[in-house]
Parts: sequence; structure tokens; C-alpha cells
Amino acid sequence: MTAKRRGAQLAMLTFAVLIVMAAYASVGLAKDGQLPAGMLGYGLGLGGLMLVAYLVLAKFAPWADPLLLPLVTVLNGIGLVMIYRIELGGEERASALNQLIWTGLGIVFFTLTLVVLRDHRLLQRFTYTAAAAGLVLLMLPLVPLLGQNINGARIWVSLGGFSLQPGEFAKLALVVFFAGYLVAKRDVLALAGRRLLFIDLPRARDLGPVLITWVVSLGVLVFERDLGTSLLLFGTFVVMLYIATQRTSWVLIGILLFVGGAFVAGQIFDHVGDRFDVWLNPEKDEYYNREFGGSAQLLGGLFAMGSGGILGTGLGSGSPSLIPLSFSDFIIPAVGEELGLTGLMAILMIYGLIVQRGFRIAIVARDPFTKLLSSGLAFLLAWQVFIIVGGVTNLIPLTGLVTPFMSAGGSALLSNWMLIALLVRMSDAARKPPPQAIQNEGLTQVFQR
Amino acid sequence: MSEFTLLLIRLAFLAMLWFFVIAAVGVIRTDLFGPRTAPAAAARKPAKPAKPQAKPKRGEPKQLIVTGGPLSGTIIDLAEAPITIGRTNDATLVLTDDYASSRHARLFPQDGQWIVEDLGSTNGTYLDRTKVTRPTPVPLGVPIRIGKTVIELRK
Repeated sequence: MTAKRRGAQLAMLTFAVLIVMAAYASVGLAKDGQLPAGMLGYGLGLGGLMLVAYLVLAKFAPWADPLLLPLVTVLNGIGLVMIYRIELGGEERASALNQLIWTGLGIVFFTLTLVVLRDHRLLQRFTYTAAAAGLVLLMLPLVPLLGQNINGARIWVSLGGFSLQPGEFAKLALVVFFAGYLVAKRDVLALAGRRLLFIDLPRARDLGPVLITWVVSLGVLVFERDLGTSLLLFGTFVVMLYIATQRTSWVLIGILLFVGGAFVAGQIFDHVGDRFDVWLNPEKDEYYNREFGGSAQLLGGLFAMGSGGILGTGLGSGSPSLIPLSFSDFIIPAVGEELGLTGLMAILMIYGLIVQRGFRIAIVARDPFTKLLSSGLAFLLAWQVFIIVGGVTNLIPLTGLVTPFMSAGGSALLSNWMLIALLVRMSDAARKPPPQAIQNEGLTQVFQR
Repeated sequence: MSEFTLLLIRLAFLAMLWFFVIAAVGVIRTDLFGPRTAPAAAARKPAKPAKPQAKPKRGEPKQLIVTGGPLSGTIIDLAEAPITIGRTNDATLVLTDDYASSRHARLFPQDGQWIVEDLGSTNGTYLDRTKVTRPTPVPLGVPIRIGKTVIELRK
């Protein structure tokens, strides 16, 4: 009982672009009392890009979920406006034009993924290739010459003046690997083993992949100083294990391993320990004044959100430029300041809806690989939003991660648009009516596609 | 720009943002409860064969529900088309069961009844406790067992 709902999609997409245009207009009106000169350019740029994405979707995935594209458009657009606004505020490193170009490239990646990958189940054949690709990408920044240390984390690769974060793509490859691996092994993981007290313990040899992922994610944490990605990968793997096997024991084992690992790392490595100090006592002078990883940024963000209050200062009337990195990791406090709690909740709702669409695909899908891949990707997005929003609101220790679709940053935009393309591809397959068998004298079946 | 105008712009923008969220939820709503008006899908398929009766009889099953096994909870809406069950990727219900054959069984409507037919599977299809050897009508709510998977027809 599914319709294509192309009309609803186009209407929502138009609405999304209008919201972004309105956001530009309100920045301009608040700052200089007139409509900003760049508004038409950026608005039409975004509108044109989304029209392209819409046409691609209508051609190559006509049954796709009607909401994914409009929801992402709003997030990407509001991110663009915030960056534009922070750039106007005098931050040289923020560039709305760059972000628009990256968005364009993101649409190109989206299109390529949809055109090349006509059947996502092909990915299942590349389970171990994906694992190898993921690990190579993850380790790439550690290669001497190629890797670069920026802001204390070694997660960048620079190629001829052009820098990328390969880890952003690694996470997609690894989710594909997890899905393929778990489809093949889930019965062994779920059924073999002993029962101790009230949890089912898996066999020692089945623990292998979990331990390997654990070691890899800790390796990322130690050698690349990237807490966020390490938490992201491990959490996603544990949840996918849980979805595949429906065994609570895996979640317990996962949490224990991670907490243990993080605790030990906190004792041994300064940069991990610093995060815990800042998390627990951000107001202490010695942490505030620390040169690297001090709590000034965190407190700045908290105060910004506080000054925004319920309704916010209004777009263009706050001072998000006071928070360091407000255009990338700290874009959520900037949004919280200017749009207030009301606006921030709307943004979080939009993320929630995207994630809901992802899980919906998993429910509708008819084969286990699609179920695992779509729920894994949806969880990856949700978990990433939780880690960064939880970090900037001081709910959990702050780890540097980009806010999907909003933060300035090319690699993250490209990989997240690929993620959406994968979800679109799967929702197309899941919502398409099943092939209908035409009966021919009851003897042979002809399948009509 | 006066403070008051800016306040109005601010509130209008927030209202717009939330209206977008609500509109999105409205689109999802049809997913959960079905469209309010006649579905577009009906207009799309002009070749849809006319039913012998104008309305389905009251006792006729409308859904196939998986009640046991790894896929439990899956619901398939019954239409005119037959439903194939097995491990092959083009089956309507794709099983991952080691005890199921790639084309295991088939369910098809005939004279307002759904008939289950075993397609020569290795481990057999069971309607309640009896092995299905020839096409057999399936009453409502009677479990069909295929390997570890149990399905039944519901209204």
C-alpha cells in the first residue's frame, strides 16, 4: 500500500528551500536592515542543487522515501545560513561559498551513488573488501607525509593542498562490513554459547570480531587522538550486533569493554584524561585557561545557548563568533543562541525524523542485509548527533565530531550525502511493490519487474 | 529595523520551522494509518484485474503476519498477487532460514480463499501439524510452518 508520493516530496522540498531563503533574509534584515545581496545567489544555488537531486531521485529511485531529501535540505541549508552568518560576523575560516560548493559536490556524490549502485544488495558481496577499505581509510592519516595534525587530532590527509578526512568515508565502509558480516554470522553469535545468570554468553571465538573492532576503535583513539570517531564506530557496531542477534548480553559486553577501555585510556593518555576533567569541572580556572582542550570553548557554547533562551536572539542578532569553531564542531550552540531552544528542538526533531525514516526502511525491507544496513546507517547518524550535541551541552565528555550536514567541512558533507543516497536506494527497494508473478498455466512463473 | 519587527521575523521563522516539522510528520502519518483519500496506487495500475465481487467478503484475510522465527513481526498486505516464500532474493518473503529451500512455498488466492502450495521443498511446509502435500486452503489464524518461520493469515 505504498504510493510514490512524488508530489509530497516536491512540495516539502520547495518548503525546505523557502525556509532556507527566509533564514538568509532574516540574517540580512537583522544585520543591515535590508535583504542580503548573497541571498538570491545562495538560495537559488541551493534550490538548483536540490532540484537536480530531486530529478535524479525521480529517475533512478522513483519509489524512494519522500521525506529524506527535504529533511536533509533543511539541515544543510540552515548550516549554510549559519556559516554565512558567522562569516559576516568576522570569522575568516568560515566560508559559506566553500560550503555551498561542497554541498554541490555532495549532490554529485549522491547522484553517483544512486546511478552506480542500482541494487544495494551488491554491497553484500563486498563485505570483506569494505572492511579492508574501511580500515585502510581509517589508518591513512597515520601514513607519514600524507597525514596531517590539525588541532591536535591526526585525522586529515592532504593531497596537493586539498585536505580530506578519510575517516568520514571509513565509517560508511565499516557499516557495510558490519551488516554483511552479521547477516552471515548472526545465528552463530546468537545461539551458540552458555547461559550464565541471566545473560547468554557467546562463545570465545565468536567474540573475535567484537574484540577486533574494539582494538581498532581504541587504536583510532590513541594514535589519531580522535575520540569521537572511536566512540561512533564502536557504538554503531554494538548496536548492529544487538539488532542482528537480539541478545542483550552483547550490549552489556560492549558497554563494559568501552567503559573499561576509555577508563584505562583516561588514566594513561593525557588528552583523554583532559576531556574527563573538562567534562566534570568546566568552571575550574586551571581547566578554563588550558591552552589545548580547555573548557573555554565548552563554556562559551553553554553561555551562548543560555543567552539564546527559549526563543533565541534571532538570526543575525546573536554573537556566535565568540565561540571558537562555532562554524564547525560548535555549530549547535550557535544555532541554539540564535534560534533558541524552540529552534534547536526543531532541528533535533528533523534529525529524529531522518533517523525514523531509516528505521522505517529497516522494518519494511524484506531481506536481512537491507534491514541491518539501513538500521545501521540510521543509528550511525543518530549516534553522531547524540555524541556531538551531548558533548556541546556537557552531557557527555566533549569529543570532536561534525554535526551531520550542518558543520562546515567537505568530507563530512560528502560522506553524509552518500549515506543519504544509500538510505534512498534502500527505501526505493523496500517500498517498490514486489515483483508480481504472472501465472502461466500454473506451470512456469514469469517474473515481471 | 525596529526591535519589534525583528521580533516578529524571529517568531515567524520559528513558526515556519515547526510548521515544516509538522508537515513532515503529516507525510509520515499516511505511512502509519494509510492515506485518507483513495490511494494513488489504484490509479497507477490500470491493468489491475477487476475483482469478481465488488467488495471482499468479510471473512477474507487481508494480511500475512510472520509470528515466529527471525522475521517475526513482518506484515505483508495481501492483494491479488500470489506470495512466494523462500530464500531466494526475489521471493515476496525472503527467509534466511537454513531449513528453508530457495523456492519453498507459494500462497495464492482462489475463489476468495488463500491456498498454500509446497514447491518441492526439502524440509516441507506444515499447515498446523499436517504436512502440505497438495495445494491446501488456509483458514484464518492457522499457523503455516516453514523451517523456523511461522506465518499466519489475519483479517
